[in-house]
Amino acid sequence: MSLDLALLPDGGVSWMDASGDHADIVLSTRIRLARNVEGYAFTGRARDGERLRVLSQVRDAAREVESLSHSVLLRVDELPPTDRLLLHERHLVSKELAGLDAQHPVRSGAAVFLGPDVGVMVNEEDHLRLQALRSGFGLPAAFAAVRQLDRELGSKVPYAFHDEFGYLTACPTNVGTGMRASVLIHLPGLVLTKEMSKVLASLQQMGLTYRGLYGEGSDVVGNFFQISNQTTLGKTEDELLDDLVRVVKTVIAREEDARRLLLRDAGYIIEDKVWRAYGTLRYARSLTFDEAMNYLSGVRLAVGLKLISGLSVYTLNKLLIFSQLAHLAHAEGRALTESESNLARARYVRQTLANEAATHD
Amino acid sequence: MQCDDCKERESVVQLVQAVDGTLKELHLCEQCAAKRGVESTVAASPPLGEMLQKVQAQLVMGGGSAAANARDAVRCTFCSATFADFRATGRLGCAQCYGAFESSLRDLLRRVHGSGRHIGQKYEPPRPDALQKAVTLGELRDRLRRAIEGEQFELAADIRDRIRVLE
Repeated sequence: MSLDLALLPDGGVSWMDASGDHADIVLSTRIRLARNVEGYAFTGRARDGERLRVLSQVRDAAREVESLSHSVLLRVDELPPTDRLLLHERHLVSKELAGLDAQHPVRSGAAVFLGPDVGVMVNEEDHLRLQALRSGFGLPAAFAAVRQLDRELGSKVPYAFHDEFGYLTACPTNVGTGMRASVLIHLPGLVLTKEMSKVLASLQQMGLTYRGLYGEGSDVVGNFFQISNQTTLGKTEDELLDDLVRVVKTVIAREEDARRLLLRDAGYIIEDKVWRAYGTLRYARSLTFDEAMNYLSGVRLAVGLKLISGLSVYTLNKLLIFSQLAHLAHAEGRALTESESNLARARYVRQTLANEAATHD
Repeated sequence: MQCDDCKERESVVQLVQAVDGTLKELHLCEQCAAKRGVESTVAASPPLGEMLQKVQAQLVMGGGSAAANARDAVRCTFCSATFADFRATGRLGCAQCYGAFESSLRDLLRRVHGSGRHIGQKYEPPRPDALQKAVTLGELRDRLRRAIEGEQFELAADIRDRIRVLE
């Protein structure tokens, strides 16, 4: 079975349409709630049969859940590795669910419900990871959607809940609200002005943390940071969200200040840097993923500073997602070696930028 | 800051350990931390997984004494996981583990989250009649198998009786 992406609601990529607030700086907002089904061992300790029963119980319940009425269910455990990587590259499933880690091969019963507004990963580290993904900076809307799904699903499937500890999770770092809210934010200004380390230190004081583009354990590439709450217990969901909103607003303001400063004090250096980045993307014949990410970061900064016009944030988001390995292979219709993927990436980026330039000339 | 163990290298891991009721802070370099069994790969990228690192560090540091050994042997009657299993993986086996390891976990949660009490959304489980019967024969058989593997024969006999009734 191979994955037909056309079957996914909006192709599963509506979160990158740049329609949300501060979309040039904040790529996306994600909130996930970790839940476990009462009566079964947690996923890591459950046997194959137990995980399959969790899946069938959730599938039965999902039929009556309004929030999932337009969703599709994908059996991740039945997909070939390239398709699992594709879903991960679209930020629709975690690395763990996709079984991309050599130490954690895909589990039987691993599945995902994908809807236009919300989704549910089944048999991830916890039985259920309810999630909402939104374009731009949109924590309240994302929370409202995922909380609605939580209420509906929780009234059909009994969750593991403890009066003192809250929603019970496999890892104690998620217990309580089970909520991780995060924003994927592009901060080249703060990185270039060397303010980033101060910002990161202050995040920690606020009980927040940061990760790279693909969540836990991933590196920071292209100046993209995922900022999220670190603690999940002892505060209400609203308090955790308020803290995050307040800090992200401050970070956005500081990023904007840094950009103004850069333009004022080093205008020509920045201008040269971003046009070189654009030139490379527009004409290079081979691009590694990291190279592409770094140049795209420069061009994104230029679009934010209005140094380059006629290039939409949506196109930049698309380039970010579609220039990844599994997406290139999917477009080419075959597996690619590393050098082939570098050539395919450069070709894809070049054509996309040329098309965009042509429509604006 | 210098490593408290080798006094040579720069420390990258901070451990907080309870010794005789007082908290002791240790700063260790990657190598010395590894010698004490503390996973320090996350330490290379500071805030990433820092909390997990704290959990792991405290779990690892807790070993050794007679009291710790006794605590390690505590076994969850639902999934048969021991506290030692939790220390090794950082993951609990099932919801009932929270009850089985309650006192150790309460302390850990307070340190990790700064609080041990959930004050967020409350949950009302679905009414039993609205529920598909959660405990099926298959699950009981899974529990039976685990109980036998864990050599908990009294529990196994109990589960077997319940299976017979259902059958």
